[in-house]
Amino acid sequence: MSKKIGVFVCHCGTNISATVDVEKVAEEAKKNNPGVSYTTTYKYMCSDPGQKLLRDKIKEEGLDGVVVAACSPKMHEHTFRNAAKKAGMNPYHVEISNLREQCSWVHPDKPTGTEKSIDLVRMMTEKTRKDKSLNPIKVPVTKRALVIGGGIAGIQAALDIADAGHEVIMVEREASIGGHMAQLSETFPTLDCSQCIMTPKMVELAQNENIKLYTWSEIESVDGYLGNFDVKIRKKARSVDLDLCTGCSSCWQVCPSKKIKSEFDMKLGNRTAIYIPFPQAIPSKPVIDREHCLLFKDARKKNIPPNDSKVCRKCLDVCPIAPVKAIDYSQEDEFITEKIGAIIVATGFKELDDTSMYGEYGGGKYQDVITGLQFERLASASGPTEGEIQRPSDGKLPEIIVFIQCVGSRDPAKGCSYCSKTCCMYTAKHTMLYKHKVHDGHAYVFYIDIRCAGKDYEEFWLRAVEEEGATYLRGRVSRIYKKGDKLVVLGADTLTGSVVEIEADMVVLASAMKAQDDAEKFAQKLSIQYNKDKFFSEIHPKLKPVESSSAGIFLAGTCQGPKDIPETVAQAGAAASKVLALLSADELEREPVVAKVDRLPAPIFSTCIGCFYCKRVCPYGAIAEEDIKARDGSVIKTVARVNEGLCQGCGLCAATCRSKSVELAGFNDEQVYAEINSVEFN
Amino acid sequence: MKIKITTKELKSDFAKEVKERSGIDVKKCYQCGKCTAGCPVAYEMDYMPNQIIRFVQLGLRREALTSRTIWLCASCITCSTRCPKEVKIAELMDVLREMALEEGVANPMEKNITTFHEAFLNSVKKHGRISEFWMLSEYKRKRPKTALQDIEIGPQLMLKGKLSLTPHDIKGKKSIKRIFEKFK
Repeated sequence: MSKKIGVFVCHCGTNISATVDVEKVAEEAKKNNPGVSYTTTYKYMCSDPGQKLLRDKIKEEGLDGVVVAACSPKMHEHTFRNAAKKAGMNPYHVEISNLREQCSWVHPDKPTGTEKSIDLVRMMTEKTRKDKSLNPIKVPVTKRALVIGGGIAGIQAALDIADAGHEVIMVEREASIGGHMAQLSETFPTLDCSQCIMTPKMVELAQNENIKLYTWSEIESVDGYLGNFDVKIRKKARSVDLDLCTGCSSCWQVCPSKKIKSEFDMKLGNRTAIYIPFPQAIPSKPVIDREHCLLFKDARKKNIPPNDSKVCRKCLDVCPIAPVKAIDYSQEDEFITEKIGAIIVATGFKELDDTSMYGEYGGGKYQDVITGLQFERLASASGPTEGEIQRPSDGKLPEIIVFIQCVGSRDPAKGCSYCSKTCCMYTAKHTMLYKHKVHDGHAYVFYIDIRCAGKDYEEFWLRAVEEEGATYLRGRVSRIYKKGDKLVVLGADTLTGSVVEIEADMVVLASAMKAQDDAEKFAQKLSIQYNKDKFFSEIHPKLKPVESSSAGIFLAGTCQGPKDIPETVAQAGAAASKVLALLSADELEREPVVAKVDRLPAPIFSTCIGCFYCKRVCPYGAIAEEDIKARDGSVIKTVARVNEGLCQGCGLCAATCRSKSVELAGFNDEQVYAEINSVEFN
Repeated sequence: MKIKITTKELKSDFAKEVKERSGIDVKKCYQCGKCTAGCPVAYEMDYMPNQIIRFVQLGLRREALTSRTIWLCASCITCSTRCPKEVKIAELMDVLREMALEEGVANPMEKNITTFHEAFLNSVKKHGRISEFWMLSEYKRKRPKTALQDIEIGPQLMLKGKLSLTPHDIKGKKSIKRIFEKFK
């Protein structure tokens, strides 16, 4: 029995009706089309009366298929399907013919627009004729969240979720949580000490009973789908038992390897081989750096188990824990699998610390040319100089510091094309911190533009200029060279149209914020998309700013793009609220527009030939290999299977399949051919 | 003129000195160019008004004090009125003129301008208002090089009654005199 189809043509005010003769489109939809039993036009189909019209006509006319010729399905497909559902129709018998974005907005000419609209409506009518009823897919939800990264974004997100009563697992790859914010001296625009506002949050996280913390750990793999992820975590060998260790500090005090460059201090200070990265570290328990530890070095050289090496066992000897010592040289990486409902990625950024491509700034050769984050450590009370501004080469108090903005940022030739967003503000802050500590010092800043858009931000940088007396020079630096113990900086000031030559004691480069080195690999592990700069992509830049391209995975903080602390915290809160919405349901409903690989009776089982081209093209990692087994357990053939929880219905697999074994629900071959064949070519 | 800025200029106290003399804090200027945009004589200037402020900001004393700009400024105060940061630019020009004269580095065009000012004031002092003819003749007598400048428009002005040979004194000449005495 053929369907009774209703066609509703929307004027969209004049958006459609100005270039499309809607009455004619409605009339033509009925002609030579016995299936179409009702047609009408309406000013705004998406309005309440418009939806009522749709509902009423479905009932009155006994329609079992509907075509709404209106705007893009991205706008109102949901609206009209819901309306149809209310009228008792399976919503997947409603199709949208896009007359606005794909016709009226792009064609200036009414006859042509009308002709095309008639074709578009006929295509959808043919498709609707072959629509099948579909039902939402229900997936259960594991009520536990995973937060990857323990910087301010991760900490905020984890606390928000845990405070709402859900379990959170936090994975941090460094020995302590805290991230970059723990490294900062003071924060703009209030100049409050970063650690003073950061550490209470770190402690809160450590004490929260809903949060399980894995430091010195990394994500090995993520399988599963929204609501049901299986996450494998690699707990890297710490060589210290976290349960036994009390963090008494005896071990790192006796460690003989004292000259290892501290990563936390951006290589301006030293640490030992067994160490905690900074005094307020959480957990406040050390880790052995196996690359630099004498014992491990020796064991590697002699190719013996570390426990057999006798070179240096000072930390073990001094460890007061009895009877079993907290230090364990034989510890190995451990793998843990956790069931997770939703994931927040908060893996942060990396400062552009390699400036070797900038020969003009010394190419990384000059000790007294440092980066922004290095200056933070110099200015920080917990830093290598205890907050005194000393230049790295000789510890001298710099009388003149030159700051260079946009190093790496806004430089498509050598660095990145984007603006790192925070450098204008942190450079202004640096000039202030410097002037507060060296009152008669001179701070000169080379800049291209000042971008201080934010609450109290403009006032902040003007304060640096007007009250603290920083001198801003609009232009870039062409060269830095050594002259005695000075660094001569050559640059320009375009406001006077002149060249500038400054004999400085120290130069600070406002380095760009870049994606983590392994961001690309990590994104592939999670099957989330990323942009050309390897920052993870949100699914919609305006309306879905924290959702990644994979359902159930959300983004927070600088892994998504450069941002400052307030913005990071806000985004982390947003991501947490999205996770909470997911975890609040026992079951999730998903769109049934998913792909399916056919299954047939024995002896064929499936027409799938197991080439797995589909697996290669699937952007969501939704295709799995499935063994079809005989009763004795032997594998008859391996075929593809679509994980309905992961599939986003993009159809790439269906288009790629060579044996036509994949069908996308709501878009099967029959429907697509019906659409194509309905177009009259002349 | 090529300008080079070095540590010496940047560290100099020029801006501080200007502030002490006039109360004008040039650090407040963020170089938006609103002053230049509205300046009615900017087209004749060697440096734009905002550039003059920039010179003071960066300690470029010579460039600021020897510029023509500070002498061309007609003190119409459009710049000061419009400045979003409330920098008194016209008043700054005044201070720079003073400093240029004190240091004897004023631009050569300054001589014409100060002479013109003197002739203007002398005329006001004498008649309580200006007598165009006598003011100009004083100016051209003192600056002979300008004697023939614009001379061709003289007869036209005379025909239109704009350049009267007989000065017209005002009634309150005594009050004017008192003003001059006050500011001797």
